[in-house]
Amino acid sequence: MNTLADFTFVSGLLFAVGIYGLIVKRNALRMLFAVEIMINAANLNFIAFDRFLWSNLPLPQAALGQTFVLFSIALAAAEAAVVLAIIVVAYRLHKNVDVSELKTLGG
Amino acid sequence: MADIVFLAMMAVTVGGAIVALESREIVYGAVGLAGSLFGVAAFFFLLDAPYVAVFQITVYVGAVAVLIIFTVMLVRHETWMKEVTYSLGRLVGILTAAAIAVSLTFAWAASSSQLPSVPVPSTVTFLQIGQLISTSLSPALEVLALVLSASVLAAITLAKVEREED
Repeated sequence: MNTLADFTFVSGLLFAVGIYGLIVKRNALRMLFAVEIMINAANLNFIAFDRFLWSNLPLPQAALGQTFVLFSIALAAAEAAVVLAIIVVAYRLHKNVDVSELKTLGG
Repeated sequence: MADIVFLAMMAVTVGGAIVALESREIVYGAVGLAGSLFGVAAFFFLLDAPYVAVFQITVYVGAVAVLIIFTVMLVRHETWMKEVTYSLGRLVGILTAAAIAVSLTFAWAASSSQLPSVPVPSTVTFLQIGQLISTSLSPALEVLALVLSASVLAAITLAKVEREED
């Protein structure tokens, strides 16, 4: 039987992998991958705690966890669309997506 | 203790994440990311949240992964395909990730006796999620719709090609 601690362990492992990618990689697409992995780790934690602690509460609380994760997924999709558009523009201007070379984006 | 299905899903999810970050070709990285997101969706199924799992597959594996693969094809260029890796930065990254993983594991081990090991009986249905979204959380839904349309407008405006007048 899977316990709550198992799910939080997987979530922490995913989060650590995402932190590693965000620190090491300088390619903008790889950094987007790392951010997506970290968002999914947070969502997994949210659903796990909701399932083990809140699912038998009365109605508004019982469905809140799943509803919040639905909102979170939609927001992450919007964020990915904007980041990908920025990457396309940066590539068109600089022929490069290495964030250490994109000095003009800093203002 | 986790069973064999859980361990296999964990291998797919974490392995896919590592492939997404460490594969030599970035297209394979995008496929690895899709596999990792699919693994998270499988965890949602395991946690009795099938609606969220299907939403995850539709949005992430269906839309975001395809969007990423299209972007990779658009910006594909020889010069940045060989990525520069800084060995000091890699060392710092590995140390930080290991520190976070070890501290989370310690917290997990210290609190595992107090965390519930058996899920409470679930009473949540699709109907209740839909009712919650359309009644008490409807302001949040409106704001989310505004954010989505703003981001789509921003993406179109950013990526629009300015045609030069000849």
